[in-house]
Amino acid sequence: MSSSAANSLNETSAAPGALLEAREVVKHFGKIQVLKGVSLNIASGEFLTLLGESGSGKTTLLRLVAGFEQPTAGEIWMGGERLDTLPPHKRRVNTVFQHYALFPHLSVRENVAYGLRVKKTAAREIGGRVDEALRLVKMQDFAASRPAKLSGGQQQRVALARALVNRPQLLLLDEPLSALDANLRKQMQGELKALQREIGITFLFVTHDQEEAMALSDRIALLRDGALEQVASPREIYKHPATAYTAQFIGQTNLLRGEIHRSIVTCGVLRWPVENEDGPAIFSLRPEAIRICADGKRQTNEVKFRGAVRQQIYSGASELLEVDCGSSQLLRVRLTACGPLTGESEFVFSLADAIRVKE
Amino acid sequence: MSARSSIRRAPLLTIYAALVFAFIYLPIVVLILYSFNRDGVGGFPPRHFTFEWYRQLFADGPIWDSVLNSLIVAAGSVALALILGLLAALALDRASFPGKALFRRLVLLPLILPGIITGLSLLMLAVFAGAQLSLLTVFLGHGTALISVATTELFAGLQKTDRAQEEASLDLGATPWQTFWRITLPNLKLSLIAAGLLIFTLSMDEIAVTFFLIGRDNTLPLEIWGRLRRGITPEINAVSTLIFALSVVLIVIWYRLRTRSLGAEAQELLERP
Amino acid sequence: MYSRAYKTLVSLPPLVWVGLFLLLPYALMFAHSFWAVREGMVVHEWNLQNFKTLYSNPVYLAVLFRTMRIAASVTIFSLLLGYPLAYYLSFHAGARKELLYQLVIVPLWVSYLVRGYAWKTILGSEGILNGFLQYVHLTHEPVAFLLYSPFAVVLMLTHIYTPFVFLPIYASLEHIPRPLVEASQDLGAGSAQTFFRVILPLSIPGLLAGATFAFVLSLGDFLAPLLVGGASGTMIANVVQSLFGAAFDWPLGAAIAVCILIITISLLFLSERVEKRWSFK
Repeated sequence: MSSSAANSLNETSAAPGALLEAREVVKHFGKIQVLKGVSLNIASGEFLTLLGESGSGKTTLLRLVAGFEQPTAGEIWMGGERLDTLPPHKRRVNTVFQHYALFPHLSVRENVAYGLRVKKTAAREIGGRVDEALRLVKMQDFAASRPAKLSGGQQQRVALARALVNRPQLLLLDEPLSALDANLRKQMQGELKALQREIGITFLFVTHDQEEAMALSDRIALLRDGALEQVASPREIYKHPATAYTAQFIGQTNLLRGEIHRSIVTCGVLRWPVENEDGPAIFSLRPEAIRICADGKRQTNEVKFRGAVRQQIYSGASELLEVDCGSSQLLRVRLTACGPLTGESEFVFSLADAIRVKE
Repeated sequence: MSARSSIRRAPLLTIYAALVFAFIYLPIVVLILYSFNRDGVGGFPPRHFTFEWYRQLFADGPIWDSVLNSLIVAAGSVALALILGLLAALALDRASFPGKALFRRLVLLPLILPGIITGLSLLMLAVFAGAQLSLLTVFLGHGTALISVATTELFAGLQKTDRAQEEASLDLGATPWQTFWRITLPNLKLSLIAAGLLIFTLSMDEIAVTFFLIGRDNTLPLEIWGRLRRGITPEINAVSTLIFALSVVLIVIWYRLRTRSLGAEAQELLERP
Repeated sequence: MYSRAYKTLVSLPPLVWVGLFLLLPYALMFAHSFWAVREGMVVHEWNLQNFKTLYSNPVYLAVLFRTMRIAASVTIFSLLLGYPLAYYLSFHAGARKELLYQLVIVPLWVSYLVRGYAWKTILGSEGILNGFLQYVHLTHEPVAFLLYSPFAVVLMLTHIYTPFVFLPIYASLEHIPRPLVEASQDLGAGSAQTFFRVILPLSIPGLLAGATFAFVLSLGDFLAPLLVGGASGTMIANVVQSLFGAAFDWPLGAAIAVCILIITISLLFLSERVEKRWSFK
């Protein structure tokens, strides 16, 4: 490819500050199409999470960036150069594997030093960098241990150190916390986030846990059946989900399906004015957006409805109610400290909280 | 996982692997080819295709006598090795007693010792006991040597069975004896058949241990061995070809049974994304 | 969960059998090695003469060393053939792995005699290899050393034991989790570096097991020399065999057999110790 053609390709699609670009990446495994033309940019220094169910293609995409698979079609570029044509050992990308993949026959120190040894780094330099990496993950006391003697959390830190010591341009993390128990997981999430802030390396993180994605990411890329559903910051994706799938996958929601006629939408017993054209529509309404109408009054930009509380699930900080609004329309409502409710109550929500979503 | 990741090409290694395969199979292929060669066992290239040697083989009385002897010994060895092997496997799996480690090593020893050691030691036992060398001594020799094969196969089979099934059976009121017949044994069915096939094949082909324990009646390998002393004819190629063909069939069936009994686990591993 | 009666019932018969048909025979063989033969009869006079004979007789020593050289050669060549084959199957064979595996193990269990006989017909002066070489005009007369020589014994035994060596190496390689290979590549190691730093060290237990089998079984082999070894290819087990046959001296034969047994067991024991040190979970 001539340099001018290469340059023009760069100019047309490079977003400013983009470290990694996936361009229309397609991946087939035999007859199954796992990725259906995914295009994604990752900014330098960003913490981007690939979120999705199993089978959504998130791990496949990660492996394509790492180099363990080749794209069937499309390209991957990093730092202005073509990445997907390079074998994995030539890429300035390192991976933290789901089950750590620590070398059992090497000590922790030797594991971390592996990438440096392989590139024939000077012995003096290796010692210093390995110590630095171990300190970063707080494993400096375990340098002489074998991986078999470490707990899951400890192995995970060593895997992290082993990857980071090489100062990669991009760090890939393949569901690294999924094998840990809940408390350790939360703790590691905090540490991981702080670490990324501190060293500033771009992180590409894969998980199926939407809470984890929300807690850690600068941006979330939600994958569904091999295609990108939505790419946005956690706040954005939560407040303004683009599709019904996104609204339901991230957090909880009420999906209101209805019909718009003459600027009024009717979803079951609920009706409110909208500015859209006639036709079917779906709206996402988060449970926490609904509150009890204590004084029976309704503001102009609010919708009021009545309903009988069928179920009430208490979880300490809040309660989740299942409210029957009549003609078998059930809504979920999240309230803080309302005490047990019986019979019918009046509820209200703001118009602005009913977000229109695509199917 | 490995089923889905791309396998990288390594042309030199592939060629080398092919050459090694050729080395392993060429002599046998040559043997089979020359069993149809009219002009004898040597020379190149083989000309004049003929079934003459097979015809001679089928008319050869002593060979078929020795085949019968081999079959009798093999059948007996299968029975003996399976019964004792099953008990040994159960003992290793479930019982603990002083000297268990030594016992395990002793049982498995004939597998890794040169046949001459096993053969000679049993010969000395026969002499000590004043026994005449015959098919019986051969049978005892095969049985002893092949218990190790049975134990290995059946132990592996036992490890794969779900202990909880036996516990459930006992919980539902069955006695250990009933549990053994109704639950344990059926679970081991595939392992037993697989082990039996392998022991049968090995017994039919056995020569090193048999060498020292043979009396007047020859087994097939020893009959052939005796012929070799007198001179080579393609008739020996013919009988070797038949032995090979039969062994292949039995071994392949054995292998399929074995992988089937480990099957479910392996299937799972292959399907995990 | 299992009653004492159950455990006794399953343990007793095999124990009795092993005691009667393994321990007792070995004990007898051991005892014989300390006895002597006089006027064609074995006499139970305890002495160390047999071992002294072994130690001092240059003929026996020469055969023993030749046997060790042959066994070592067989081991090395089997490894050189078997390891790359196992590596290819484990890492590069893809979908054909199962089929190829069956193709390798089938000869392993097929008659030793059949395979040895095949080599006999191939290597002789009138044999197939010589015929082929003359047919393509590479040689004009039969090459003699092909048959009835240590070369022939090594060739035949390598052929027999390559699948034997393949098995444990393949099992070892299959046990290496593939993420380790990916991790090595991810960290910058190409195929060669990954092999020497990760795959080879982790395959050492299998390699040792296979090598030990090949060496030990070649050491005690007596059939290959009889088939293709000739006079110059005699091995120590043939000496034993003739001492139990025409050269009637059971005590001396037993003494040599005991030596073979001790060497074998020591090697197996040693190998097991080293294998354990090189197994990582």
